[in-house]
Amino acid sequence: MHERLSEVLSPYKGRRDALIPILQNVQAEIGYLPDEAMLEIAKTTGLPESRVYAVASFYAQFRFKPRGRHTIMVCRGTACHVRGAEKILEETERALGIVEGETTEDKKYTLETVACIGCCALAPCIMIDEDVEAKLTPKMVSEILDGRAE
Amino acid sequence: MSFAELQKKARQEWDELQNGDIPQIIVGTATCGRSAGAMAVIKAFEDALKEKGVQAVIVEVGCIGPCYAEPLVNIAKPGKAVIAYRNVTKAMAAELVDSYLIGDDPLPHYTLGTIGEKTVEGIPRILDTPSFKPQERRVFRNCGIIDPTNINHYLANEGYAGLNKALGMTQEAVVDEMKRSGLRGRGGGGFPAGRKWEAGLKAKGSQKYVVCNADEGDPGAFMDRAVIEGDPHSVIEGMIIAGYAIGADTGYIYVRAEYPLAIRRLERAIKQAHEKGFLGKNILGTDFSFDINIFPGAGAFVCGESTALTLSIEGKRGMPRVAPRPRTTEAGLYDKPTLLNNVKTFSSAPMIITRGAEWFASVGTEKSTGTAIFALTGKVNNCGLIEVPMGITLREIIFDIGGGIADGGKFKAVQTGGPSGGCLPEALLDTPIDYDSLDAAGSIMGSGGMVVMDEKTCMVDVARYFLDFTEIESCGQCVPCRLGTKQLLDILKDICKGKGKKKDLELLVELSHSVHGGSVCGLGQTAANPVLSTIRYFRDEYEAHINDKCCPAKVCKPLIAFHILEDKCAGCTLCARSCPVSAISGEKKKVHVIDQKLCVQCGVCMEKCPKKFSAVECVSPKEKIMEVA
Repeated sequence: MHERLSEVLSPYKGRRDALIPILQNVQAEIGYLPDEAMLEIAKTTGLPESRVYAVASFYAQFRFKPRGRHTIMVCRGTACHVRGAEKILEETERALGIVEGETTEDKKYTLETVACIGCCALAPCIMIDEDVEAKLTPKMVSEILDGRAE
Repeated sequence: MSFAELQKKARQEWDELQNGDIPQIIVGTATCGRSAGAMAVIKAFEDALKEKGVQAVIVEVGCIGPCYAEPLVNIAKPGKAVIAYRNVTKAMAAELVDSYLIGDDPLPHYTLGTIGEKTVEGIPRILDTPSFKPQERRVFRNCGIIDPTNINHYLANEGYAGLNKALGMTQEAVVDEMKRSGLRGRGGGGFPAGRKWEAGLKAKGSQKYVVCNADEGDPGAFMDRAVIEGDPHSVIEGMIIAGYAIGADTGYIYVRAEYPLAIRRLERAIKQAHEKGFLGKNILGTDFSFDINIFPGAGAFVCGESTALTLSIEGKRGMPRVAPRPRTTEAGLYDKPTLLNNVKTFSSAPMIITRGAEWFASVGTEKSTGTAIFALTGKVNNCGLIEVPMGITLREIIFDIGGGIADGGKFKAVQTGGPSGGCLPEALLDTPIDYDSLDAAGSIMGSGGMVVMDEKTCMVDVARYFLDFTEIESCGQCVPCRLGTKQLLDILKDICKGKGKKKDLELLVELSHSVHGGSVCGLGQTAANPVLSTIRYFRDEYEAHINDKCCPAKVCKPLIAFHILEDKCAGCTLCARSCPVSAISGEKKKVHVIDQKLCVQCGVCMEKCPKKFSAVECVSPKEKIMEVA
């Protein structure tokens, strides 16, 4: 991990203002923000470790635990809510056997909710990595998950 | 190359495409189109064209708005009207190639209408249909028409003409044009844009910034994404004009990381603008230089607030600055004068400069000029993005453009303005849409989310839903917001559980006023709006929850129960097999029964029960079950 980390961090020596893009790039490379990375980011930017953590923990995008190979985001936007997003979330939780915020044992999926994907006209919807699955019914959830290869 | 030459070349390319001998297949591939299957439809067209040996160009465009009709495909045959096809499937793609590209039958039953001047018998002009007639497409002028990845398409359609004209004007004249247009900030606040630009110009300092707020976080709004995906250059041009007007050399676009396609479109557009000399050093041969950086937001709703947004770009926690504070136009990003506007505000600037302030103000109302964009969603037939002149009524939007309530339901409320807005009842449907009228009705224009609710929507649950959102998104620095939203949420949760007390309504109102008065930023000040507006207009629903333990919309799980109607159940066993908690028992061809102790009120049995039987009934309050039994 160390090598990958130093490669991502190399252009940012002393760049305190670039903290958020740094966190984003490190997370994109490693998948989450392990302690080791947080300490390394503090060293590279010259910021106190507390400050790096304060910023990272403020934003919903940053994770401190390893993630599954795919991320399922269940949209909880207003349009999705009135069209039954809660049931979609329940069904997804049931199908995967985990609750929101968790990762399946085989590390295939991490399940999250998002305030709004912005596909309100196709509500309710979920986003699997970058693909949006639209106009869902609880029944469709397991069909979609079953139909997905690795 | 001079601007005139660039424009001439672009127009040639555009004209060749429009008037050439090869048919065009124009597919909407913005995020909504893709979610509905547009990429598979493109593949189907490619396959069919290859198989039949037909020549045609496939052009990818942004979204023209009617999401309910996605995937949307326009076919332009040489010399013929452009025909828009709705809900296109892979099979329809092959059929269209056969019937219309090879043959001459346009298959009218698949169409939404024709686009442009020419007409085809048996197909209406899109602009004459009830859904489009009241609309006025200005910010969406190019969305769904041009290829957003081709700068020449934008250039050929008035693109960068505003910048070219602005560079020949004084900074004061540009600001004056913006002021006279009456454009108000489209992010929701409605502050006059020209006055903001003027403050930016007058602010003292050698380093100034222009920031575009594309952190569209309102659940229920996605127009900023559509504008960026469908017409990214309009936003970039608006920012460059703003940079020139106030004397800034650097711009930032703060865009949600959840919008990957929008980010890619912006990156590409910025690169193209550099290549043509609209960005970078000495723009179009003048001594004005300007560059734009993209900053992907890391997911914090409060960063839609201007001071929080600028702090976020600086790499800090996005917590709104505490008053008294200088205006962002005096001390914003890195404490330098900063002009911060919404995507749609910047996208409006080029046409105001090109066509003039009077043209812009020719539609709309006296105090709210121009058009408004709404994301019309929820329980309405025609979901999608619409652009309408200010002053149109909610009724016209929902029943004419939106085609009425989905699934034959009955209208109950419309929520405007996202978590900061309010829910308006049927009695207010004739409210005209403008900043001041919506404010007076207890809602706001906000960023333009418009969620329609029918009688199956519980208004207490809706208030709870919004508070759930604001409670999570509160940055936490103002105690009345951090703790007040939590208390509001807890009380609402109790009411939804049937544990509400008689005094709760008073308490909710009192607490709402405290949260409003004790918060520094818009998030806290407006957080209680959904609570106040639902109590104001739907008090009876709260009272039913509190006094009768009844959820009239049958949404709040602790207050509802499902049971099977003996005379309707045919014993098909479908419900029993799909019940996730095995709460249903019964033999084949015999009446099934739900064990109320095991039932988790998921409603799957009701969904699975075949329509011809409709044997599962939902009741509230729960005690009704006893009565039936």
